[in-house]
Amino acid sequence: MKALNKTSRSNFLTYAGVIIVFVVLQAVMAGGGLSSMLKGQLVPICAYVVMAVSLNLTVGVLGELSLGHAGFMSVGAFSGVVAAVSLQDAIPFVPLRLGLAMVVGAIIAGVAGFLIGIPVLRLKGDYLAIVTLAFGEIIKSIINNLYVGLDGRGLHFSFLSDTLELEEGGRTVIGGPMGVSGNMPISTFTAGFILVLITLFVVFNLVNSRSGRAIMAVRDNRIAAESVGINITKYKLMAFVTSAALAGAAGTLFAMNYSTVVANKFDFNTSILILVFVVLGGLGNMWGSIIAAAALTILPEALRQFSEYRMLVYAIVLILVMLATNNPQLRAFFAGIGAKLRGRRGKDSQGEGEASHE
Amino acid sequence: MTFLSYLITGISLGSVYAIIALGYTMVYGIAKMLNFAHGDVIMVGAYICFFTMSRLGELFEPGSLGAMVVPPLAGTILAMVVCTVLGVVIERLAYKPLRQATSLAVLITAIGMSYFLQNAAQLLWTSNPKIFSSVVGTGKVELFGGQLGISHVTIVTIVACVVIMIGLTLFTGKTKMGKAMRACSEDKGAAQLMGINVNTTISVTFAIGSALAAIAGVLLCSAYTTLMPTTGSMPGIKAFTAAVFGGIGSIPGALLGGVLLGIIETFAKAYISTQISDAIVFAVLIVVLLVKPAGLLGKIMPEKV
Repeated sequence: MKALNKTSRSNFLTYAGVIIVFVVLQAVMAGGGLSSMLKGQLVPICAYVVMAVSLNLTVGVLGELSLGHAGFMSVGAFSGVVAAVSLQDAIPFVPLRLGLAMVVGAIIAGVAGFLIGIPVLRLKGDYLAIVTLAFGEIIKSIINNLYVGLDGRGLHFSFLSDTLELEEGGRTVIGGPMGVSGNMPISTFTAGFILVLITLFVVFNLVNSRSGRAIMAVRDNRIAAESVGINITKYKLMAFVTSAALAGAAGTLFAMNYSTVVANKFDFNTSILILVFVVLGGLGNMWGSIIAAAALTILPEALRQFSEYRMLVYAIVLILVMLATNNPQLRAFFAGIGAKLRGRRGKDSQGEGEASHE
Repeated sequence: MTFLSYLITGISLGSVYAIIALGYTMVYGIAKMLNFAHGDVIMVGAYICFFTMSRLGELFEPGSLGAMVVPPLAGTILAMVVCTVLGVVIERLAYKPLRQATSLAVLITAIGMSYFLQNAAQLLWTSNPKIFSSVVGTGKVELFGGQLGISHVTIVTIVACVVIMIGLTLFTGKTKMGKAMRACSEDKGAAQLMGINVNTTISVTFAIGSALAAIAGVLLCSAYTTLMPTTGSMPGIKAFTAAVFGGIGSIPGALLGGVLLGIIETFAKAYISTQISDAIVFAVLIVVLLVKPAGLLGKIMPEKV
């Protein structure tokens, strides 16, 4: 076998890690060792992992701060639900229907990402961030006022007020501020796991390709990249649209896990939540995003024993982790402890000596 | 006449946004960070004022001059003091250790702080909405033979905004501290070499911004009466948008951005649709930023190669 280079080895380790976690969880679940609370969280965790990895593509790899990632999740969620409902009679086989719904969600979110990306990516830094925030809020407002119905004649759309005039036997799929209700939940943990693997595959292949190197060149130095002939708009759009499409698929997965979905679920706070996963996991580090997304989704549930204090504890943990990982003094302190522990364990006196000199 | 009354409502709402936006813009100008906890400082200020007013209100005879003047004034001043201390403490504990860190790390810490304040408020004061009684009563000034009614809150809000604006412009333009602030916002390293204490300057900026947030909280709740732990977040986002709209870092920009945003929001609600007024506000912001990428009054920094 050919020796693998460093990046592909770490990518394969990530795939292997995800697969092992999946197998272990399935085994534990079969043995009945998983609490129902945790079981209910499995699909949302998969959706958040995909959201975090895809946002990491925008923030970590492309280097642009996006505060409206939940908007794409919302687009994917609602278009996915519409697709799944329309296909309900045509495709009785559930996994195929879910897969097709995700594809539709991804495509429509990708188109939204393209349309939004053209104006947004002309801006820089905080201005870009605020415009993504604005688009996220606009998407939320629009979906909150969108009515979609399905009857024998096909799909009907109306905006601001319910003027669908459905035939008898037709049903309202999206009811404005009421969102989707009476949806059949068909998402499964296996589907979520496959989506996570596909996401990782897409992101790793993009990042390690010629295009990925161009995207990172744009991040590191825009002017230098431009001067060697890299088409900045093209590569920025490429990363942004990929990220949006993956978020759309995650949105479909998330929405198909519940019987009711409202647009207000995908608001600014959700965008921020996902950004927290990305920053906490480490910019550009996909494995970090996965762990952070899973850990921070479980944390509020695991803190149930603190009952009403749990969100307070969550906030404090978040602040402390940010301080501990970003303050130079605290970092040196932790590095010192780490080096000492390693020195003691491995009897590597040299390492200890270096650490104490620091 | 209805147009005029909408315009005045818009200017009043915009004045509140402008006062909040000042806090964002000053902190951004000097510390180069987006202080997401600012919106929640507003909420804390409003709660402090609410409780002071309800406690002190019992001591005075209802309807007397003392009951009309003392509790609102004491409430506002106490809210300003508490928020100032809160702002400085937040800066010292959470943001100062991250002076050298990336801006994203500071942003996430600020978000953590915002969660913290919201949840602490929920624990302390429960999530039941409180009915905030206006600090200046519910009276109206009638003009044009009763055709146009302007409430006292509206007038006080607009006057407060103008006074704050003039005060801040004089402060940053004439005093030594103001000069230090301008120096820090231009180049922190050079300012330090000139003997300016950068840390003190940043603390003072946070103190001023938080005191303004308290005033904004009191005025906002006087006009819109319901007070909840999440009251501050949406006005916070809107005010942040206003600050960017006018050009973040610029004090006149915050005023212009805030007032324009307030007017657009009120008109969109009145003439187009209440449900999508937020979408219209944000759409206008996007168009403005595409035409003027640094906001209305922002300075475009040319990139050096």
